Formats: sequence, structure tokens, C-alpha cells
Amino acid sequence: MGAVGTGVPRKEAKDKVTGNIKFVGDYISPGLMHARLVTGTYAHALLKNIQTAAAWRVPGVKAIVTGKDCSFLTGAYLEDRPPLAADKVRYYGEPVALVVADSELAAKQGAEEVRIEYEPLPAVNSVHDALRPGAPRIHENLGEYRRVKPVFPETNSNIADRVKVRKGDMGKGWAGSEITVEASFHLPQSDHVAMETRCVRAEIAPDGRVTIHSSSQAPFVIRKLISRYFLIDTGKITVIVPAVGGSFGGKAAVQLELLAYMASQAVGGRQVKLVNTREQEIISSPGRIGLDAEVRLGATKEGQLMAAEITYLVDGGAYSDIGAVMTKSIAADCTGPYKIDNVQCDALCVYTNHPYTTSYTGFGHASYTFAIERTLDMLAKKLKMDPWQLRRMNAIAPGDTSPTLTGLTTSNLGDTGKCLDRVKQLINWDEGQVVTGQDGKIRAKGLSALWKTSSTPTDARSGAILTFNPDGSLNIGVGAVEIGQGSKTNLAVMAAERLKMDVGKVHVMMEVNTHAHPEHFKTVASMTTFMAGRAVLEACDDIIHQLLSMASIVLRCSPEDLDVAGGRVFLTDNPNMYVDITELVHGYKYENGNSIGGQVIGRGSYIMRHLTEMDPETGKGNVGPGWTVGAEAVEVEFDPGDFTYKMLKAVAVLDAGKVINPRIAQAVVMGRMNMGLSLANREGLIYSGSGVVENASLRDYKIMRFAEQPQYTVEFIETPQIDAPYGARGLGEHGLIGMPAALGNALSAAARVELNQLPLLPETIWSVKEGRP
Amino acid sequence: MISFDFEYYRPDTAAEAAEIYQVLSGAGKNPLYYGGGTEIITMAQSNQLKPGAIIDIKQIPECNVFEVRNDEILIGACLNLNQAAEGNLFPLLSKTARGIADHGSRDKITIGGNICGKLIYREGVLPFLVADGEVVISGQNGAAARPLSEVFSQTMQLRPGEFITQLKVKRSYASVAFFSQKKTKQAKVDYPLLTVAALRQGDDLRVAFSGLCTFPFRSVNIEQDLNSRDLSWESRVNNALGRLPGPVLNDLRGSAAYRLFVLSGALRDMLTQLKGVGENVSNA
Amino acid sequence: MFQMLDIGPLELNVNGEKRTVVARPADTLLYALREHLGLTGTKNACETGDCDVCTVLIDGWPVKSCHMLAVEAVGHQVNTIEGIKGSPVQTAFLAKEAFQCGYCTPGYIVTAHALLTLHPDAEDEVINEWLAGNLCRCTGYQEIKEAVLMALGR
Ligand SMILES: Cc1cc2nc3c(=O)[nH]c(=O)nc-3n(C[C@H](O)[C@H](O)[C@H](O)COP(=O)(O)OP(=O)(O)OC[C@H]3O[C@@H](n4cnc5c(N)ncnc54)[C@H](O)[C@@H]3O)c2cc1C
Ligand code: FES
Ligand code: FES
Repeated sequence: MGAVGTGVPRKEAKDKVTGNIKFVGDYISPGLMHARLVTGTYAHALLKNIQTAAAWRVPGVKAIVTGKDCSFLTGAYLEDRPPLAADKVRYYGEPVALVVADSELAAKQGAEEVRIEYEPLPAVNSVHDALRPGAPRIHENLGEYRRVKPVFPETNSNIADRVKVRKGDMGKGWAGSEITVEASFHLPQSDHVAMETRCVRAEIAPDGRVTIHSSSQAPFVIRKLISRYFLIDTGKITVIVPAVGGSFGGKAAVQLELLAYMASQAVGGRQVKLVNTREQEIISSPGRIGLDAEVRLGATKEGQLMAAEITYLVDGGAYSDIGAVMTKSIAADCTGPYKIDNVQCDALCVYTNHPYTTSYTGFGHASYTFAIERTLDMLAKKLKMDPWQLRRMNAIAPGDTSPTLTGLTTSNLGDTGKCLDRVKQLINWDEGQVVTGQDGKIRAKGLSALWKTSSTPTDARSGAILTFNPDGSLNIGVGAVEIGQGSKTNLAVMAAERLKMDVGKVHVMMEVNTHAHPEHFKTVASMTTFMAGRAVLEACDDIIHQLLSMASIVLRCSPEDLDVAGGRVFLTDNPNMYVDITELVHGYKYENGNSIGGQVIGRGSYIMRHLTEMDPETGKGNVGPGWTVGAEAVEVEFDPGDFTYKMLKAVAVLDAGKVINPRIAQAVVMGRMNMGLSLANREGLIYSGSGVVENASLRDYKIMRFAEQPQYTVEFIETPQIDAPYGARGLGEHGLIGMPAALGNALSAAARVELNQLPLLPETIWSVKEGRP
Repeated sequence: MISFDFEYYRPDTAAEAAEIYQVLSGAGKNPLYYGGGTEIITMAQSNQLKPGAIIDIKQIPECNVFEVRNDEILIGACLNLNQAAEGNLFPLLSKTARGIADHGSRDKITIGGNICGKLIYREGVLPFLVADGEVVISGQNGAAARPLSEVFSQTMQLRPGEFITQLKVKRSYASVAFFSQKKTKQAKVDYPLLTVAALRQGDDLRVAFSGLCTFPFRSVNIEQDLNSRDLSWESRVNNALGRLPGPVLNDLRGSAAYRLFVLSGALRDMLTQLKGVGENVSNA
Repeated sequence: MFQMLDIGPLELNVNGEKRTVVARPADTLLYALREHLGLTGTKNACETGDCDVCTVLIDGWPVKSCHMLAVEAVGHQVNTIEGIKGSPVQTAFLAKEAFQCGYCTPGYIVTAHALLTLHPDAEDEVINEWLAGNLCRCTGYQEIKEAVLMALGR
């Protein structure tokens, strides 16, 4: 009855193709109140006055909340963000006020009537602007902010955090380098563009119990922060997350939930709904980091990498949110999956007057990978070496160490070399990187390798509770959210495998309820299969133990004589002697009425082990449980006449450890590849000179559409991670990571010019070719 | 969500429409004719437009005709762009219309609404500009056909209360060689960096543009340059580039310099495709 | 002349049933379907006509319900995802795993269902034209294409 490795359809599939599935915004309840955000129209300005009189006159308006009504600052690592701007706005679109009304219409009318007076301040419009001496200070009181976790803001600067990695000896590295290259890169901020915009409902019961419904990846963090900021016991807070309409990291940030709570509080606890418009989704809620990078690589003439000196400047926007962790994560994996013994990396999380940012699929890895992999292609050129060969010979392997000096083994590291080998075949690399066609069009390929470990807190945890229905079917209760990645189905597959039962008899619930389900850190970092999987397997083992011991009484034997499979507990040596688990799961009842055992309830939990913080001076530390590695390639057809191009093929080979569900794994990787190409090929926030975002709508912020995608091929290598469930490594984000770099390498080869910025528009290529700034 | 209220009227005849317009206008309701409504709804949501009443003209019979009558093709102003494209009576219009927005939007956007919209592109007008189209304008005093060249200058020059019921082009334009090219920043569904619609009438090329300046236009000067048969294509294109009727757009879709680069490519493509009769290929 | 001057009852024909909603002339069909009729299978993701998650069928044609006033639908047949049952498109989407979060899925199914009905012989060019309006951020579009081809019997 093997379920692992077979293509099990998603549990919620039927609901999704019939419109039956419910997202937070789909619940309509009588008496629901509506809140609407009023957002700032300057990137950097003092708030002189907020006039609400006209808004109060709108019939139906019941409350108006402004920054004056909330005295706390919030933040994941560094508490630097007021939930509503109080003294000044620090980015275009920052929430300034909240109008609560008895209808959506009145809330919008009220919001339109709020008048805000500003005194504009000079805006910091790039990371370089931010670091310039005398740059305007975005946070005057940076030094006084409360630090929730290790983070090192630098007073009197626009630096929220600085992470250093020092490995080996740079002097030696450079001395051994016969060839060096260096290059600078610029990647703009961008947006998640989950199709469901963020949405929350909040209510406060008369006895003080708080219920929040949110489209979130982090219900347990919401509970923690509501408790922290509003001084409510966590036990009195219930956070419920139904299905989520895409999130990609963006819904791991806690923002609207705090506002919705304040809105509800302002109307006596009544249930209030707050939903982002698309514009607010793009600018007011956090998006994706920008990155400016400088990379210098040294190698021997034979191509062995000797040294890497790297500066990463993360454009985290106006508030640090998860930016500090992302900066750490970028620094920890800063070289990509290559063996380099001498590494110096400085990664800075920089404040600008841009929209603030949070986690995003790939957690910063796609950004730095673009810089590293582009530099590698430039190095290959200088070495007159095949770019694939350069990667292959330097691919990191067991026995090497990571930039933060974690020892790499066959378990905690996948097989980069194998991935590169397979990608080479799939993209037909040997045909030649650049082929010019009869029609003058140029077909060109680009490569990228990738790796990523998770950067969870060192005590990240998960849990599972399994119960049975009278028909012997199983219910999985976990705190991990279904955001489209199919993880609930994967957990069902793992449980079915361990309990040797039909996966059709394993039920999962789309909803997560913090009161009913055990805590799961957050549904991020591709860690659901690992963490929740470990918990579910432990719970399965717990169940097996209970079933065997109860059955051993019924069948008068020792538990060791028994096995569980196909809904029965039976004697291993005589399967005809068995008891049906339906007779056991709610306690076994003898004919005379005597009963034993009680309900079978499986419990499992998991906590990360052996993780450490990074050393502030050297970066030394163990940041994640294992690296998923991979290689990707893109083939384009480029028109040298007008610099337009078509993406023909994209290939990914990832070391999955073990593929739990090929259907879902393929689909998820392909989706992230598409997103990576979309980011590289067209996306990016565009600012005016004063920091105003000019493309805050789907009319102007373009994402890839149907029929623009290349032909995708996804394959997996399986090098098991020993401590992971069935050996499965995280997969949820990795498809994205190498795509921008592979596209950049393909186009640079095709256009014979170094393309070191994103997005790769025809105009970008034209202007680099023309030597325009 | 539109946060203000308006009244909705759906007249059955053009006369009724013009009449209710007068009444509403007299009552200070600031009425707007309503075609597909895609622009009105979008702009009303952000309060860029605040009509007190809208007059939906989609029910008016003459606004929905699509036929060849005598030697003219009649195109109702309320045909949506998919109908206009799929009916294919005027191939240049079909091709140009297919480049506007996406299929679902084209089920709603009307040809009249596109031409009369506030958006700077109004790509739907290009085929009519090059085909010497006429517009039938209805108003208080009934309907009259006017040459488009007289009533379209950057925007439709309609008097209050007037609206377009139909567009007309000579049937012969359905069978001439034509060219329609839309260039975008990157995404296929996007506003144009540049759209060129052109056709060949006898030996002469006629050409109209959208996306280059803040308005769509056809320019006699540019046509003269492009038709200077004694010059090489390169010189014709270069001359044409110098005769644009206004500053070239420089916005988030592309810089002015890049637009000019794209324009010269598009003009070369056009010349390749629509070479004048008897034109010597070696001119290329 | 039909007119609607203020908030009031509107009779709509939705999924083959006569339904009365109390709406304003300025309410979009999307709003009326979701908030007044509880037909929340039709989603909202932009309200500017740029994503097609709100697509419904009007007399069989796919139209963005955020770009249509509820009052405009009077006299027309409105079909939403809830009214599409047992379409080969749904079967094909299930078979090809053509969705992840599912938020865009109703819009795709409605559009593809109309394509199947109106252009059963659609070639690639038509399929691409029809579906290019629907945004999906989760999938690679490839599986959606495969599902549509499967539904078309190709
Ligand atoms: C996603 C999307 C993408 C788009 N991309 C493009 C593009 O690339 N290029 C492009 O050109 N357009 C594009 N548009 C279309 C454009 O933005 C307008 O929405 C559209 O042209 C308006 O047409 P409508 O019929 O909906 O007009 P409406 O919204 O009904 O009306 C628009 C204006 O025209 C007036 N009007 C309407 N009909 C008449 C008439 N018969 N006589 C007189 N006045 C009339 C109205 O009073 C109003 O002022 C796009 C639209 C969308 C939704
Ligand atoms: S919500 Fe209607 S098109 Fe996006
Ligand atoms: S499946 Fe999530 S947007 Fe398409």
C-alpha cells in the first residue's frame, strides 16, 4: 500500500474546481463591519495633521483609528514599525488611518474623506542613497528600538542589520587566484502578487476572547503578536486560517491582523473585515527585497575557485520586518553551492523609503544567486572555459564546509554534481551555448546551480494530533497552512505510508485553528514536509504503539507479534488472525460489554535540533538542517535586431531527497520556475524620483501570463536526508532560485553583453548594448 | 467598488438617448454615455470620474450593426472588440482590435468607447484614421456622418450630448494591403510602447500611431516622408522620425529614446510588408 | 427605456434561476454575486479588469464581472462557477493538477468552459488568445494548457 512516491491528487481538488473552497474573504456573516485603510501619498514626509471630521460625517462610519491610537512598535526581529504611521510616513502607501463602518461602501467613502497634511522630507530612493554620508535618516531612533531577536542596527545610519561571514584567509585566496572578475548587480524590489489579496476578520467577544480569521502563513505568530501588543493571554486568542489563495512568503508577515484587531476594538469588539485592494497589496503590505551586489571571484587558471569577496545590500524598504533574517540567510549561503575556501561576505539590511519587505519564495536566494551565477559566467569567459565545466568542477560536495563552516555530509547536502549532469543533458548543452539560426535569430542557453537551507529560528517547532473516525479513517491535525503547495496532501501520504493504510482514508482539514491544532512555527522555508512531517510520523508511531498494545490483549499475544496494515492489526506470522482497527480506535469492547483501551489518539512533535545563531564577527553557525541543491537552465530565442526574445525551454533538476508526491512536486517546482522567470523577465517596482511607486496595479505591474511561458521540464535526483521524513528535502521554493540567473546568462550570451540587472526587458538589453546609463 | 451613486438609463433609440442626455444635463447630473463601461467603472472606482448618471447606449439598434451596405462597411459603435475582430469585415480593424487588452476585456470594450476614452492610446481609432473613416454622430439634432479627420484631433471632438452611433469605411479598404503592429515593453497584454496601423492606397502608404505621443495620430507629413520614393528606406524612416507631432512619451513603459528605436524598426517592418507598387526592392 | 435611479431590487437570471438582489446602479456584477447572492466562487483580485479571476458567463460569453454593472446583466443569462457542473474542463483540471492554491481556478474553468462550448475545435492560437487574460501566480501555466487541450479532446 505504498503511498509515498505515487501521484496522489490533492485532497481539496474537487473543492477547488467547483468554486466550493472558501478563502477568508468568502465568508459573509450578518453584522459584519468593514474597515478600509487610508494610506500615505508620500515616500517620506512628516504627518502634520489628519483631519477626520468629514469622514465622521459619512453615514455608517463608526470609528476612525489613527497612529495616535496605538502606542506600540512592531517587528519580527527589530520593533521599528508603527502599525499606523504616527509622526511620519516612511514609504508611499504606508497605512495612516483606518476607517471602520457598517458597510464596505461607507468604509470606502469614509476613507476617501480623510484628509492628511504632510511636510515632505527628502526621500531615500536606493540603497546607495541610504548609505551615502549625510543621507536623510529614516529612523531617527534606530538605536532605541527593541530587539526581539539577534539583530544589529547601526545608530545614526540607515542600516538595520549587518551580517558578516569570514571563512578561510582572503590573503591566501587572492594570492592563489590567477584570474579574478568583479561585477556589480542591481535587482529591484518586486511583489508577491498572490492572486488572493490579504484579508482578515477580527472580533473580540464580551469576555475578551479574540478571534482572528486571516489569510496567513503564520497563525501562531499572529497569536503571539496579538498577545504581546494588546496584552491578552495567548489562551484567549484563536487564529483561524482557511485555505490561502497563494502567498509565496508574503502572508507570513503580520500586518493587517493587528489593524483588524484595533478596528474591532474601536467598534466594541464587533467582527470587522479588512481586505487589501490590489494597490494596497502591492505597496502598503510588504513585498520582496531589492538587492544591490558586488561580487569579486578569484580562481586558478584551471578554474578552481579560490576566493570570493561579496557585498550584498538588501533594499528592505522602510521597515526591517523579516529583512534582517533574510540578510542572514543570504549571507549564510552567500557563495551558492560551490566549494570556496576563502570567503568574505558583508550583507547589510538597508532602510530606504521604499515599501517594506518580507519573506518571499527563495528567501533572498534567487537575488544573490543572480549575482553569483552571472559572475561565474563572466569568470568562465575570462578563463575561456565552458560555464558548465566551471560549475561542475567547483560544485560543493560532502566533506566541504558551508560559508558559515557547517560540515557538509551526504545527508545534509544534496548532490549538486548530479543535478548539473542531468541538466546538461536535458538542455542539450553540448549542442553549444549559442546557436545562430538561418533567420538571424540566436538561440542561447544559460545555466545556474542553486542551494538553500532554511533559516528558521533555532527552536522552530511543529506538532501533530491524529484521531480516528468510527469508520477507521484518520484525521490529521496540524498547524501548517495549505497555501497551494499541497503540503496537507503530502502529510496524508506520509501518514498513509507509515500506517500502511489507504490514503483515501486519511482526512486533512484545510483550516488551521490555533486552539485546536498544535503549534507549527510558520508555513515557510519549505519546511512543512520536514517539520510537520516529522511530527506526523512520530504521531503515527504513537498510534501504532497504541494499536499494537491494545490488539495484543485482544489477540492474546505480545505486541511484537503484531503488525498494522490495511485497516487491521494482525499477527505477522498469521495474518488471518487479526482485529479490525475500527474495533480498536475508540476502545475495544468485549461481548459482555467490558471495554479496554479508550480512544487512540496519536501525538507527535518536532523541534529543530543543533541549530545555532551566526557569530556576529565571523558568521560561524549552523543555520539549517540541510541543503536542497539543484541546477537549472533556460533556453531563449533572441532577436538581435530588436532585442526581443522568447523563452523556449526551462529545465530544473533538484535533489529532492525523496519525492513524496511526484504530481505535486512537479507542479510546485514548475510554478516557482514560472515565477522566477516572470520576476527576471518583467517584474519590479518602479519609483518616481521622489520614491512614489508608479506601477501599483496589475495593469502596470506585469506578471507572466498564459502562453508566455517556456516549455518546462522538472526532474528530481534522490539523495536522502537521513533525518528527514522518508529522506525528503524541502522543495517548495527552490524551483525559483536559479531561474533569473539562468535567464540572465542565456541572454548575456545571446546578446554578447553583460546583463547584470533585472528585469531583463528588451529595453534593458538595448540600453546596455547602447552603453546608456 | 464605486463609492458614489449614479443613475442608470438604457434608452432604446438614439433619439431617446440624446433626449435623456439633455434632461440629465439640465438637471446638473453630469451624464456620461456608457459603452462597455470598462473605463467608466475603473475611473469611477478611483473617483477620477464622477458622473451623476450614465446612459447605456448598447441597446440602440444602429449602434450594433455590423454590415456592408452598398460600398460602405458600417460598424456599430457598441460592437465589442471581439465582435469587431471576429466579424472581420475590415481586416485592419480586426488585427488592431486583437492587440488591445485581453480577450475577456475585449468582450466588453466597445469600439466607440475605445475611441472616445480618456486613455491616451485609443488604439481602435487607428484603422479608421488611415482608412479615411467617417463617424455617425448622434445628438439632439439627429444623426449626421462626418469625416473622422474633421472630428478627431488627438481626441474625439464631440459637443456635449453627442455620441457616436456608427463608424464607416469604404468597402474597398477591406481588400487593400495593410499592416498592424503592436510593440510592448515585454508582456503581450499591455499598453503599447507603440502601435502602428497602416495600409496601402494605390501607391501610397498611410500610417497612424498610438503610444508614441500622448494621443493617437495620423500625420500627413510622416506619410509624405515615407512615400518619398526617391529616397532610401533608411532616409525615409529617419526623416519621418523627425516629424512627430509632439514630444515622444517617456514613461514607465519605455524611454523616449527607446520608443524611437522601436519606431524605426516598426517603420522598416511596415515598408518591407507594404512596399509600394512598382517599388524597387533595392531601395531597401 | 429601462432605468434604475437608486438602490433597489434587480431581477437577475443566475445559473438558470431567477434571483432578486437589492443593489445600487453603481454596484458591479461581481459585488452583487458575491455579497448579495453569496456566490463566492467568483473571486476578486484586482477590480480593474486585469486578472480574470472574476470571470462569469454572460449569455455564454466570458466577461469580467468586475467590469460589468449588476444592472447591465438584467435580461441576460449569467452563469458562474457554481452553475458549471460536470464540465469536461473540471475533469481535465483535476486530471492535470492544473491548480495549486485554487484562487484563479474558477475564472479559468469558466473561461475554458466557454471556449469549449463556442470553439470546440479551437487551435492553439485561439486557446492562447482566450486564456491570456487569466492570471495565475501558482502554476507554470503548462499544466493549465494541458488541461484545456485535454478538455478539448486533444
Ligand atoms: C485590461 C485592460 C487593458 C487595456 N488595454 C488597452 C490597450 O492596450 N489599448 C487601448 O487602446 N485600450 C486598452 N484598454 C481599454 C481602455 O482602457 C478602455 O477601458 C476602453 O477603451 C473603454 O471602452 P468602453 O467601451 O468600455 O468605454 P466606456 O468605459 O463605456 O467609455 C469610455 C468613454 O467613452 C465615452 N463613450 C463610450 N461610448 C461612446 C460613444 N459611442 N460615443 C461617444 N462617447 C462614448 C464614455 O462616455 C466614456 O467617457 C484596456 C482595458 C482593459 C480593461
Ligand atoms: S477582479 Fe475582475 S479582472 Fe481582476
Ligand atoms: S492556482 Fe493559485 S493563482 Fe492559480
